[in-house]
Amino acid sequence: MKRFLYELEESWRIAYAQMRSNMTRSILTALGVVIGIVAVTLMGTAIGGIQVGFDKSMAVLGDDVLYVTQWPWKPVDDWWNYRDRKKIQTEYAETINRITAATPNSNLMVAVPTSSLMRSIKYGGNQVENVFTLGTTSDFTVTSTIDCKEGRFFNEIESRSGAQVVVIGYDVADALFPSESPIDKSVLINGHVFKVIGVNARQGTFLGLFSWDSMVAMPLAAFNKYFSLKNELDARGENQGQSDVRVKVKDKTKLAEAKDELTGIMRRVRGLPPEKKEDFSINEQQAFKSTLDPVKNTIAIAGLFITGLSLFVGAIGIMNITFVSVKERTKEIGTRKALGARRRTILLQFLIESTALCLLGGFIGLAVAYFMCFGIGKAFPSFPIQFSFGLVIASMIVSVLTGLISGFAPAWSASRLDPVTALRYE
Amino acid sequence: MMDARQSVRQPGPVVIDIENITKDYVMGEEIVRALRGVSLQIRRNEYLAVMGPSGSGKSTLMNMLGCLDTPTSGRYEFNGRNVAEMDDDELAAIRNREIGFVFQTFNLLARATSLRNVELPLIYAGMDPETRVERATQALTDVGLGDRIQHKPNELSGGQRQRVAIARALVNDPSIILADEPTGNLDSKTGEEIMVLLEDLYQRGHTIILVTHERDIAAHARRTIHLRDGIIEMDHAGFIPELDAAVAS
Repeated sequence: MKRFLYELEESWRIAYAQMRSNMTRSILTALGVVIGIVAVTLMGTAIGGIQVGFDKSMAVLGDDVLYVTQWPWKPVDDWWNYRDRKKIQTEYAETINRITAATPNSNLMVAVPTSSLMRSIKYGGNQVENVFTLGTTSDFTVTSTIDCKEGRFFNEIESRSGAQVVVIGYDVADALFPSESPIDKSVLINGHVFKVIGVNARQGTFLGLFSWDSMVAMPLAAFNKYFSLKNELDARGENQGQSDVRVKVKDKTKLAEAKDELTGIMRRVRGLPPEKKEDFSINEQQAFKSTLDPVKNTIAIAGLFITGLSLFVGAIGIMNITFVSVKERTKEIGTRKALGARRRTILLQFLIESTALCLLGGFIGLAVAYFMCFGIGKAFPSFPIQFSFGLVIASMIVSVLTGLISGFAPAWSASRLDPVTALRYE
Repeated sequence: MMDARQSVRQPGPVVIDIENITKDYVMGEEIVRALRGVSLQIRRNEYLAVMGPSGSGKSTLMNMLGCLDTPTSGRYEFNGRNVAEMDDDELAAIRNREIGFVFQTFNLLARATSLRNVELPLIYAGMDPETRVERATQALTDVGLGDRIQHKPNELSGGQRQRVAIARALVNDPSIILADEPTGNLDSKTGEEIMVLLEDLYQRGHTIILVTHERDIAAHARRTIHLRDGIIEMDHAGFIPELDAAVAS
């Protein structure tokens, strides 16, 4: 064991001396690994960023909320079976709440109706087009985490009375009120006046998934008073706006039971006889996730594979230079063997040499990647960059593995050299 | 020049015992029979010269004696251990502990100091760093290079380099020192100094095997072996100028 340590130390010493005396060659070879590690690390941060953005967007949906919708949250082949379904009415929420209240040990906490449209919103000379405008009740805060940067969400009284108040997203606030606080200002939505009572904290958008940043929310009663979904038919005669009901579950470990209960309630609401199929869909975050996860994973695997190729090219460079090194030092290997170096000693020596080169490349690559991440983060703040400690460890492990794998063939051939032949080599 | 024949030390127990070894090489489609049955006993504290023209099997015999290679057939015992059946790592251990090599081309590691070069066999023997430095420094002092331990080979003369190599061969206190044409790359004066050093080592109790084709060099040994066509042609004590000259030519 002790001898192994001495041999290891000696190997490191040789590797260091070798790199120093062949500086140019070592740097050029390590450059291949540098590029590989930069590519893989950047891809890693991008994948990490996608994951974070994705999770953030998913968190908006909530993992303990069921969504009653006309269309299911998954791709369907038989769209015609869904198109003609009856629309989901916001009144269902009240009915569901009434039935839930009468049911002992119900798994459902509260049902919240939502209606949404795209509207433009104006303040003074500033205008934002196509803002996701949501009408809901004050219970909305139960189903979704609303984090107000300024002000507050509307309360139950405002909700019931249909007060003309509005809570606006971060980006909307930023566009309409570049230099002042939006609180208590009056904005125009479709020519109707609404008072801003709250601004959401910035959430950040990613991949166009859900984000509060570019939406506004108002009491449903006010929404219904001024906007009608029926008038929102586009050129193809399809309804642009839609209504959904979201239902908060009491215990998220009993999501399946809650879903069954809600299905039963909705069948009662719709008056479906037992033999008929459901004409509505009940969705949860999980279903959405399982649709998007394969896409996300495919992007990750493809990205890592392509960037992995550049690391592979770097590894070939290392292998090549180690072969050259073995060839150049054949006589030295012979001498070392004559002095008592065993096969494993020689193997170790060249493995450490290739590993040291890869580690050097890995360190430089990591540093370059770090600064590039920093730069990208500054230049595109909306892109979620995730430079984690785990990534540092992973890329170091990848560097070491690259060195071991690419150095193995040359090191093995060196360790198998016949001492007589090696000593005679000129 | 010192007269070698004056002081023959009493040989000790048998170190190398070779019986009827052969070595065949395959060169292309031909089989070269480099050794055709060599028997030899070398005792502790002998000073032996192996002579022979090129192609006589001299190098092959040296590789066998140095445990760098194993014979095709025959028996080879080193301190009572059967070398012919050892694997590569066992041979490496024998070379490390029992044999000190001195090469014609010195074979020092160019980028390492004298000290590091001499330390090398001790590293492979698994010795701790303090003892290593101490022993290597002592070995360098013994060959007269106590003030050159931090010099690299390119800062040393040829003779000094060979002294470093001899210190390296000595440092692990081996059973034999195997010197292959140790003066071949040196001028005659420096070569003579190296031979004086080897004589000194012999007098201090080391066993020396000298492989050479030069009669002047072989004349330092106490016993001479002549190889020709893979067999021992002659094996006699001391060096008989007329006889050895006749055989060697």
